[in-house]
Amino acid sequence: MSDVRETKLPGLGIRYEFLTSRGSRLGVVHHRTGRRELLVYDADDPDTCRDVIALDPEDSRTLAELLGASRVAEQLEHLQEIEGLAIDWLPIAEGTPYSGRALGETEARTRTGVSVVAVIREGQAFPAPGPEFGLEPGDTLLVVGTPRGIEDLAVLLRTG
Amino acid sequence: MPSTAVLLVELGLVVVGLAIMARLAGRLGFSPIPLYLLAGFAFGKGGLVPLVTAEAFIELGADIGVILLLVMLGLQYSAEDLKDTLGSSGPTGLTNLALNMGPGVAAGFLLGWSPVEAVLLGGITYMTSSGVVAKLIEDLGWVGNREAPVVLSILVMEDLTMAVYLPVMAVLLRGGGAGEGIVSVVVAVAAVGAVLLFAFRYGAQMSRLVFSRSDEALLLTIFGLALVVAGAAERLQVSAAVGAFLLGIALSGHAADRARFLLTPLRDLFGAVFFVFFGLQIDPSTIPPVLLAAVGLAVVGLATKLLTGWLSTRRVGIGRRGQFRAGALLTARGEFSIAIAALGVGAGADPMLGPLAAAYVLVLAVAGPLLARAAGSPTVLGAGSSRVDV
Repeated sequence: MSDVRETKLPGLGIRYEFLTSRGSRLGVVHHRTGRRELLVYDADDPDTCRDVIALDPEDSRTLAELLGASRVAEQLEHLQEIEGLAIDWLPIAEGTPYSGRALGETEARTRTGVSVVAVIREGQAFPAPGPEFGLEPGDTLLVVGTPRGIEDLAVLLRTG
Repeated sequence: MPSTAVLLVELGLVVVGLAIMARLAGRLGFSPIPLYLLAGFAFGKGGLVPLVTAEAFIELGADIGVILLLVMLGLQYSAEDLKDTLGSSGPTGLTNLALNMGPGVAAGFLLGWSPVEAVLLGGITYMTSSGVVAKLIEDLGWVGNREAPVVLSILVMEDLTMAVYLPVMAVLLRGGGAGEGIVSVVVAVAAVGAVLLFAFRYGAQMSRLVFSRSDEALLLTIFGLALVVAGAAERLQVSAAVGAFLLGIALSGHAADRARFLLTPLRDLFGAVFFVFFGLQIDPSTIPPVLLAAVGLAVVGLATKLLTGWLSTRRVGIGRRGQFRAGALLTARGEFSIAIAALGVGAGADPMLGPLAAAYVLVLAVAGPLLARAAGSPTVLGAGSSRVDV
C-alpha cells in the first residue's frame, strides 16, 4: 500500500492523502457526518485541490466497488462502533504452530470466543472460511471478538 | 382583529423577509448575518416598518437563538479535538489572540471605556465567525487544502479561549467591588476547568447517557437540557449563553455529532431571529456616529487576521497563495462578535458598544467572504507566483 498521510481536521473529520505511483496527489476526507470527499490535488499548487467530489455513503460504496475493493472493511467499520467488540488482523507467521494446518484445528471459537471472518492471502480475501480451510504462512486472519479474546487468540496462534 | 392573527401575520412577514435576505446573501456569496442585522434596523424603533405585536416573541426567540448558537459552538469540537489542538497549536493560538484582541481592547480604551468594556470590544474583534469559515471552506472546495487544518485549529483555539473568556466577562459585567470580582473570576475559571475536565474524563459516558437512537428523543433531550442549563446559569447570573456553551463543550462523541446535525435547522431559525433582535434594539440613527470607528477597526481587523493567517501557515511551510487564503478565511466576523456584544448590551455597557459591534460585523461579514473568494481566484496573486514555494 502507498504511504498514506493522515491529517486531523478539527470539527470536520480526518483527511487522508497519498501520492500515486505516477505522481498525482489524491486524498479522501472522512467527515464526521459520514460523508466522504474525494480530493484531486493541483499539480501546480500542492496546497490546493483541483477537484473536490462529495460522495454520500452510497456513492462511496459504488466507487469502492468499481475500484475493486471488497466491502468487508466497510461493514467492519460499523461493527467497530459497537462496544465490547473488536476487530483485528492476526498474521500466521512462518514456523508457527498452525501454519500449514486447517483453520478448524485452532479451535479459535471454542477456546477464545473469537470468530475468523476472513482469511487474507496475497491481497485477496477469502470470506467466511470453513474449518477445513488450510492456513498458509503469510496469511492474515481477520477476526472479530472481545478485545480479551483476540489477545488470547494472538498468543494461541503464536505458541499453539 | 384578534391579536393572534396579527401576531402570526407579522411574525410570518418577518420570517419571509429573512428568507429573502438569506437568498440574497446566498446569491451574492456572503454571510446572511449582516442582512439580518439590517432587517433588524428596519423593524426597530426609528426603522422603516416598526413591529407592533411580534417584538415580545422575537425577544424570546432571540434568547433561544443565542443559546443555540453557543451550544453549537461548544458541540463543534470533540474533547479530543480540543486536547490535540491545545498541544499542537498553542503558539498560533496566542499569536491570534494577541494580534486580534489587542486592537479591540486598545480601541476601547481610546474611546474612554472601562477596562471591562474594552475587553468586550477585544472579544468582538477577536472571534472569527466559524459559521462563515465552515461555509466558505465547503463552497470553495478548500477542505483538501493544506492550510485548512491550520485554519481549523485556530478556530478551535478561539473556541477554547471563549470557554474562559465568556464566563469571566459575564462575571465581570455583573460588577461589584474589586475583591468580589476576583473571587467571582476564580470561581468562574474553576467552574470552566471542572466542565472541561469532566468532558475529557466522562464525555463518553455522558454522551451515552444522553444518546438515543430516536432523533426526536435526542433533539428534545439536548434542546431541553440546553434551556435548563442556560436558565440555571442565568439564575446564577453567569449569563444563559455561557451555560449553553459549557453544556456544548461537555457533550461529546456520538451524541454530540448527531445533536449538531439535529440542532442545525433550529439554530438557523432562532439564530436569524437573534440577529434581527440585536438589530432591532439599535436605533439606526446611532450608526453614523460610530461608522468611522467601525470601519477603522474593520480595516485593522482585516489586516491582523491576514497577518495571523500568514504567520501561522508560513510556520508549517505552506506557499504564498495558501498563506493568503488562510488569512482571508479568518477575516470574517459574525455570530460570536454579535453574541459577545449582546452580552455587553444586556449588562448595560456603553451605549456605543451595540451600534459599533453591528457596524463592525456589517463590514467584515461582507468583506471577509469576498476577500476569501478573491484569494481563491488565481488572478489575484498571479498564477505563476506560488509554484516554486515549499
